[in-house]
Amino acid sequence: MRHLLSTEGIDPADATAILDTAANLKQSLEGREVRKLPTLRGRTVITMFYENSTRTRVSFEIAGKWMSADVVNVSSSGSSVSKGESLRDTALTLAAAGADCVIVRHPASGAAHRLADWLKHTGTSVVNAGDGMHEHPTQALLDAATLRERLGDLRDRRIAIVGDVLHSRVARSNVHLLTALGAHVTLVAPPTLLPSGVERWPVTVSHDLDADLPSQDAVMLLRVQAERMHGGFFPSAREYSIAYGLNERRLALLPDHAVVLHPGPMLRGMEIASSVADSPRAAITDQVRNGVHVRMAVLYHLLAHEEETA
Amino acid sequence: MAPRQRGATDPAGERELLSAGDVARTVARMAHQIIEKTALDAPSAPEVVLMGIPSRGAPLARRLAAKIKEFSSVAVPTGTLDVTLYRDDLRRGPTRPLEATRLPEGGIDDRLVVLVDDVLFSGRTIRAALDALRDHGRPRAVQLAVLVDRGHRELPIRADYVGKNVPTARSEEVHVLLEEFDQRDGVVLR
Amino acid sequence: MNTLIIRGVRPYGEGDPVDVLVRDGVIAEIGDVEDDDAEVIDGDGAVLLPGFVDLHTHLREPGREDTETIETGSRAAALGGYTAVFAMANTDPVADNAVVVEHVARRGREVGLVDVHPVGAVTVGLKGEKLAELGTMAKTGVRVFSDDGHCVHDPLIMRRALEYSKALDVVVAQHAEEPRLTVGAQAHEGEQASRLGLQGWPAAAEEAIVARDCLLAKQVDARLHVCHVSTSGTADVLAWAKARGTKVSAEVTPHHLLLTDERLETYDPVNKVNPPLRTGDDVQALRRALAEGVIDCVATDHAPHAVQDKDCEWSAARPGMLGLQTALSIVVETMVETDLLDWRGVARVMSERPAAIAGLPDQGRPIEVGEPANLVLVDPGARWTVRGAELASISANTPFEGMELPARVVATVLRGRVTATSGRIPA
Repeated sequence: MRHLLSTEGIDPADATAILDTAANLKQSLEGREVRKLPTLRGRTVITMFYENSTRTRVSFEIAGKWMSADVVNVSSSGSSVSKGESLRDTALTLAAAGADCVIVRHPASGAAHRLADWLKHTGTSVVNAGDGMHEHPTQALLDAATLRERLGDLRDRRIAIVGDVLHSRVARSNVHLLTALGAHVTLVAPPTLLPSGVERWPVTVSHDLDADLPSQDAVMLLRVQAERMHGGFFPSAREYSIAYGLNERRLALLPDHAVVLHPGPMLRGMEIASSVADSPRAAITDQVRNGVHVRMAVLYHLLAHEEETA
Repeated sequence: MAPRQRGATDPAGERELLSAGDVARTVARMAHQIIEKTALDAPSAPEVVLMGIPSRGAPLARRLAAKIKEFSSVAVPTGTLDVTLYRDDLRRGPTRPLEATRLPEGGIDDRLVVLVDDVLFSGRTIRAALDALRDHGRPRAVQLAVLVDRGHRELPIRADYVGKNVPTARSEEVHVLLEEFDQRDGVVLR
Repeated sequence: MNTLIIRGVRPYGEGDPVDVLVRDGVIAEIGDVEDDDAEVIDGDGAVLLPGFVDLHTHLREPGREDTETIETGSRAAALGGYTAVFAMANTDPVADNAVVVEHVARRGREVGLVDVHPVGAVTVGLKGEKLAELGTMAKTGVRVFSDDGHCVHDPLIMRRALEYSKALDVVVAQHAEEPRLTVGAQAHEGEQASRLGLQGWPAAAEEAIVARDCLLAKQVDARLHVCHVSTSGTADVLAWAKARGTKVSAEVTPHHLLLTDERLETYDPVNKVNPPLRTGDDVQALRRALAEGVIDCVATDHAPHAVQDKDCEWSAARPGMLGLQTALSIVVETMVETDLLDWRGVARVMSERPAAIAGLPDQGRPIEVGEPANLVLVDPGARWTVRGAELASISANTPFEGMELPARVVATVLRGRVTATSGRIPA
């Protein structure tokens, strides 16, 4: 594996290998005196974040540091990025400066794919940390890791993804990964927040959350971004919350073993009731914790093997 | 299948070094040696734990623990120690899958840790294991038990307990076969 | 006396090869001709067509001479078989006044490889708010007005533009894109864009404007030209409007006749264009509409862009593709080799109809004695591989890079003068 750009078309064996590695890492790091592995000593990992996301950037940074990689953070403010340097030039510069891996978050869909193309003659790996409305593969992997911890094998498990599917890279990556792992995905959203052509995705589409909840093993809530609330995608936050918010009444409709996920940051009250977010059924802090292990696993799978000869 | 003659070379170019019976006897002998050398049945004895290095070191550690229990009535805790993330040769091959690391009940601090592996060769796995161990705690002492020592050390490492010394050519491969993985016990040279 | 003999060519690909004698820019004789002093082009059985007319070209001068100039664009046009091109108004400064359009026309004449007709802007600064001085520009010879790149989206402004243009005997060419439906749009709204996370450009955003404009044109009895039709729905709207007597004409680009949004897979912005590449069903519908005359003609929307404006992330890239030197080959590939058009059909969609829409008296004329010698020789059997770096444009943003295509321009003749031969501009 040279890059991690998307979960679409991912070999289920590769996905499972990363998840197994993450689980082993988690288990081996638990309760340890020294939470640092020498595995990536001497390797340089650069995070390039063109969008603010403290949680994802920090998660990658910790993952790299716990593997002993040298982690350098480049953010769009105060760097050549804000001076108008092109993404291509920035990427080539970082590769020339010795980056073994570039982790990129960018508002343009496909930015990570472009980066991988520009860097194809270098040895640098690219990890997509979220590109526009396209994909966020490590988020999907950490969601799957969390679900596996709670539910075991995901084959034939039923998972509902609720909310702004249209603009969500988390939703896209999860649909691809969860279906690759054999789970059955239901997308629940108002039609204005579903992508065109969704009827040809390998999912079930619904507009009735109450009807779907009793059959689900997990519910994944998506963030509703503030700009959507004023974009006319739905009449009001109140109406959205009534139709698609996860409150205590709805939580009770879920089977007892069912898990609640949210990629964060949460809009308490609207997307999810506070009591639900803080309930033991919610695995939201597990998601964050697993994020580090999953990203360590990704770095391990990308960087700790012999150079692939192109 | 008829039992193979020891030392005979089969059509696949495989030569048996230890039979299933030999493996059992060797493990028993090593258990005796561990009891003797660590004096683990003495009242003032150090707490001994066995840490198997996956994959085949892990069941070997459990087998040794069972024999030690049988011979001395002392139950020594066992664990597994995956050293993959500490290897210095990760960049010389495809991605290696990780195996589980499980510290024995009570941890390793101030205990006598006996590392258990199937074959001692270059010594690099044991070097990695010593590094890994250091990150998990501070044992009072570390010893090494291997079923086969085939020579060709590249580091100043030696085993405290050796089941069988096997002179080999560097190009040859020594395979320890265990029921848990290979449906039979034995040691073969390929 | 300037004489030229074109030997062994088949007008419209029909009949046995004949010779064509051109004297003083006019076809003087067709048959077996001899003239010892004449310049000779050996046609070698090539198809002879009237020179192509492109209603939709971006020559980027003034303003972006780093990507194309009137000179380099003229060379590309001549090599592509064109004898007339219409240079779009979205230059910098915008061609919304007589000074800019006259400059463009003059530069075109100075280069002299193709008739360069400036397109005037419909509204001041392409802003869609206030009509530009259409009359003043028309007086300098402007035949076509367009805010191309932007839609004249205000229905009242569009109505006024259509109405006002009637007295000038010019045509308004609309870039049909309802702006409220395409805010941030990056790709054809559909399965592919959804999968790739690219904001959708819905077909209805084009179709709604075309329908509205057809109704307005009918209402005020004015002529309307629709730029770069890209959806099957627009073809349906055009068929309906034409059936009820609307004076509407329409063009389709070569790329919309061949490429689909499947190409977006790599996120390479060389495939980014506005309107966007659509689906295979749209491509088939556009080909049928062109064959049936619902869509009148092919126009390139030749849009050169600098490397840095294309070799970047998708959403930051500028939309547009080179087209002048590949148009003929794409039309042959999509329309001739599929038996949708014969060579007379090619002459119709690439020369006669666009000339008529723009009201050019000396272009798109029959190949007959006494007619102006604006001609192109086409080798229909040739195959060639597109290399952006080898095209005459300063820019190299061709989506057809590496594709092997049929048919080559053997020579282009502008009023009896050879402007391109064997892939070269004569010294």
